Amino acid sequence: MKAPLSWLKDYVDIDVTAEELEKKLFDCGFEVEELIDLGKDISGVVVGEVLECEPVEGTHLSVCKVDCGKHGTFQICCGADNVKKGIKAPCALVGATVYATAKDHVTIEGVMTIKKGKLRGIESDGMLCSGAELGVNGDMFEGGDYCGLLILPNDCKNGEDVKPVLGLDDCIFDISVTANRPDCQSILGIAREVAAALNKPVKEPDYTYTAVSGKYENIKISDLAPELCPRYIGHYVSDVKIAPSPRWLKKKLALCGLRSISNVVDITNFVLLEMGQPMHAFDLRTLDGREIVVRRAKKGEKITTLDGNEFELNSENLVICDGKKPSALAGVMGGLDSEIKNDTKEVLFESAKFARDSVRKTARALGQHTDSSAIFEKGVNEYTTEKAMCRALHLIEELKCGTVTNLHVDVTTQYSNLTEKQMTVSIKKINALLGIEIPVTKITEILKNLNFKVNVNGDKMTLTVPPYREDIDGYPDIAEEIIRFYGYDNIQGTFLHSASITNGGFNDEQKAENKLKRILVGKGLYEISTYSFYSQKDLDTLHFASEANERKAIRILNPISEDLSIMRTTLAPSMINVIVRNLRRGNMNGKLFELAKVYIPEELPIKSFPEEKQRLCIGAWGEHRFFAVKGICESVASAFNTAFEYEPFEKPFLHPGMTAKITCDGEYIGYLGVLAPTVAEELALDRPVAIAELDYDKLTKHAKQFKYAPIPKHAEITRDLALVCGSDITCGQITKEIYAACKYVSEVKLFDVYVGAQIGENKKSMAFNVKFTPKDEPIDDRIDSFVKKILNNLKFKLNIELR
Amino acid sequence: MDVQDKIKKIEEQIEDTVKDIKTSKTLQEMKMRFLGKTGEISALLKNMRDVPPEQRPAMGKLLNALRQWTEEKFDSIESRLKELELKKRYSEEKIDVTMPAEISDDGAYHPNTLIRNELISIFSGMGFEIFEGPEIENDYYNFTALNTPKDHPARDMQDTFYLAEDLLLRTQTSAGQIRVMENKKPPIKILSPGKVYRSDDDATHSPMFSQMEGLVVDKGITLCDLKGMLDEFAKKIFGGGVKTRLRPSYFPFTEPSVEVDVSCFECGGNGCRLCKGTGWIEVLGAGMVNRRVLEGCGIDPDEYTGFAFGMGIERIAMLKYGINNMKLLFEGDTRFLKQFKD
Repeated sequence: MKAPLSWLKDYVDIDVTAEELEKKLFDCGFEVEELIDLGKDISGVVVGEVLECEPVEGTHLSVCKVDCGKHGTFQICCGADNVKKGIKAPCALVGATVYATAKDHVTIEGVMTIKKGKLRGIESDGMLCSGAELGVNGDMFEGGDYCGLLILPNDCKNGEDVKPVLGLDDCIFDISVTANRPDCQSILGIAREVAAALNKPVKEPDYTYTAVSGKYENIKISDLAPELCPRYIGHYVSDVKIAPSPRWLKKKLALCGLRSISNVVDITNFVLLEMGQPMHAFDLRTLDGREIVVRRAKKGEKITTLDGNEFELNSENLVICDGKKPSALAGVMGGLDSEIKNDTKEVLFESAKFARDSVRKTARALGQHTDSSAIFEKGVNEYTTEKAMCRALHLIEELKCGTVTNLHVDVTTQYSNLTEKQMTVSIKKINALLGIEIPVTKITEILKNLNFKVNVNGDKMTLTVPPYREDIDGYPDIAEEIIRFYGYDNIQGTFLHSASITNGGFNDEQKAENKLKRILVGKGLYEISTYSFYSQKDLDTLHFASEANERKAIRILNPISEDLSIMRTTLAPSMINVIVRNLRRGNMNGKLFELAKVYIPEELPIKSFPEEKQRLCIGAWGEHRFFAVKGICESVASAFNTAFEYEPFEKPFLHPGMTAKITCDGEYIGYLGVLAPTVAEELALDRPVAIAELDYDKLTKHAKQFKYAPIPKHAEITRDLALVCGSDITCGQITKEIYAACKYVSEVKLFDVYVGAQIGENKKSMAFNVKFTPKDEPIDDRIDSFVKKILNNLKFKLNIELR
Repeated sequence: MDVQDKIKKIEEQIEDTVKDIKTSKTLQEMKMRFLGKTGEISALLKNMRDVPPEQRPAMGKLLNALRQWTEEKFDSIESRLKELELKKRYSEEKIDVTMPAEISDDGAYHPNTLIRNELISIFSGMGFEIFEGPEIENDYYNFTALNTPKDHPARDMQDTFYLAEDLLLRTQTSAGQIRVMENKKPPIKILSPGKVYRSDDDATHSPMFSQMEGLVVDKGITLCDLKGMLDEFAKKIFGGGVKTRLRPSYFPFTEPSVEVDVSCFECGGNGCRLCKGTGWIEVLGAGMVNRRVLEGCGIDPDEYTGFAFGMGIERIAMLKYGINNMKLLFEGDTRFLKQFKD
């Protein structure tokens, strides 16, 4: 929201500097994002009178004597076509700063400093300036658009600084307005806050006009969509004379970045800026049947808006129609047909309240975002809707651009709400919420400054809420109004002196998670965090089949881009992306983990909350390979005091001979493997990558409490067994059979694998270290029988011999 | 040769040989030669049988003295040798202590985890429990119950990712508060950390980020209590000298609402690049819980009041560690990750 200081001064006697005002606004909740000093780039430019002006033969130049009052008289060479003796123009003295313009004399290309110089050998001590060189356009100052000199009025004093003359001593507050204060999307709204902050009254704008009665042909307005248009006011202005706006009006619009168009259109724009109520002016002769119908558009109905774009509409779009066709997109933009033209004679002014959601939807759907739609989306109040019409009619009168008739149609609907809001609040409760005691006199002063009607009766305070403050809802809102002007500095920290004691801290699941992370970090892994969404392309990269479960992912209806368009069902693509990025950046080795959610829908498209499951993904590359990742998995199992089993497995993106399924107590927990050479090649990876993904939620269900077991009374005994088996027999199979054969076996460790001619073709030797733990009795004398049993079992089940 | 001569001779031999003993090995050999079971001194002792009985005590004395003398002799040599050998070993085994250490690389927590855990430990000490709600929420929990009905302008403050008509990626962890308040009666002190999503993507915004929301509901909770708690929080996370400042703001689910700034911990409030010259840094939003929110959760707003505060974990991490681009947090570059120490 842009509010020029000079405009605010129309309503409030501001006797503080712009910087002081910025601070006051900040303190009461209006952060000034930028304080724009209009003349910040201009310095050393004064009023100069051309005393003499002689053309330089053979050039377009003139050599002038310019009287700059107290600064002296200078010889200045000037190339403008409108320079002549007797005029006054801005004169940039040597050392002055002005804008450098491009060849077109309009486009500003930067700031330049004026130096003493020579043009065609003639000395020039300064420069006479155009509007563009000072950043002034024709709306800001008469003649500002001319590419020659900016001619100043004759009553300017020679040598006087031109900034006040041109309005460049002004500044503009670019204020961020919170969503609860649509009333402050206007200069007047900001002025009301400024007045309250400065403890001064607000001079309201003049809303008066005299309606002229006459025999006017009636105008019919009907509202067929009251839920989208709770209030519609139309007023008929006759004998319209379209003309340029007066200087003051042009200048105000220019300060807020709007171009002047014509008196009637400028009035609507002025009211929009001043009051925060978008208005519209229809050329009445184009309205079929002198009729306005507010209704939802019919499907396929078309409108061409005044910017020349044609839109096809549907019933979500609210349109303002005449007797036959749409004439405006309600709250967004007028139609081309009904726009004000130079020969417009009759105008129908519209001031209405349209539902926020409806305007937002239409503006978005059609991509038509206007000043008007922006304000309607934030919300207007009906009080202002009424006042704005009065203000516009006043301006019609003031500018003498038409006859304000007595033909006024005000359509209120059941959705209209104009009742004055009254509320009674307890001062004690307000103070209790804030935690401090604010004197009642201060409370009433603040609220009165904000235009509340206040009546205090003991603890009870009865308030009439200003009609434009639709945000005020209960006593906490009142407390906020008070404290933002009383000052948040008065809030002194206390420490929950009246609150109950509560127990805080992590619950068991969070503790387990922390422990897991602690262990992984201890093992040298870095924790990563990646986006919860990726694309089907990421799944393509990992060769997932089209019917794979991983493909059944929830789609974001409005993704930022296709790359971030589905909710992930596996963490592997994210992990591999991170590893690829690391390798491309020259990080040759690494171990990473991520503990994050995947999102598993019950059905697609989703209708109910999906399952959000925690997964643990481990990735390693470079010198850390399959068994390094397996070791990390083992640590994870041990963290939960459980054990994993591994067996050969397949995954589309993993090496078929280097992939394991991980189970825990027989339940699938996840997988572990080395990236398939095909995938690695496609990703141009030249270092091996290993990855594991575990279902963390399932894993936690297998967590076991550790139980203390008394240490055995008798010594444990170990035996080494070197076995010869078929080359396809796995370590896991043998281990399992060793355990199965003897209940005293407490640990089986592989310590050597050998393949060679001595062993025989298709055979290998595996050597195990087997530990036997006795129970109550010593087992020394039974070890040989245990070993025999084990060997028999291995022979029987797996055809394994002792080497 | 009589025994005394023999003793004398042995003594001489010993004196003679000890000079040449340079290693433990030769020492052992000498010991064996003289003191061993078949050694020369033992041989003399064995010869005692041939000595007339009356001379035996005197001879015994002599031989014992010899034995003792020899043992002492060898002992002293042994300790001298040990010392020498130790010296030699020390000098041989000497290492260059300035050579690089053998390191099993440490891993590292993600900066978000560090901040999250730090925040949790600060607030759990104040009696907060931790609650993590779902990331996929419906309209009710994310908006309506937080006093942000369908056409509310505050919905525009946050660009929401939708998954279905009524399912969305939560835009704020506040959504979880409602789930807590529906199921738990005051006193409530909860902290909900978690991922949130908004359709925003640039150097300071990421479509996914993490928030930490705090909620207190009890009898007699005031804005001063909020300020007091945040003062404590700011000191603990940014350092002792840091002050907080409240300024008016707006969130649909709190009233009054405040923006909370901390005095710049980089420059001490004098103005620097980090605080853009203002001396203050915006860190979180907060406010007194809106009555409608309490009511909607079945908590009597006339009996209970409360406050809520919410902050972006990445923002705190970026401020605290001086990270200038949010993207770094999600890239997983090991050169970035390895720097963060618990």
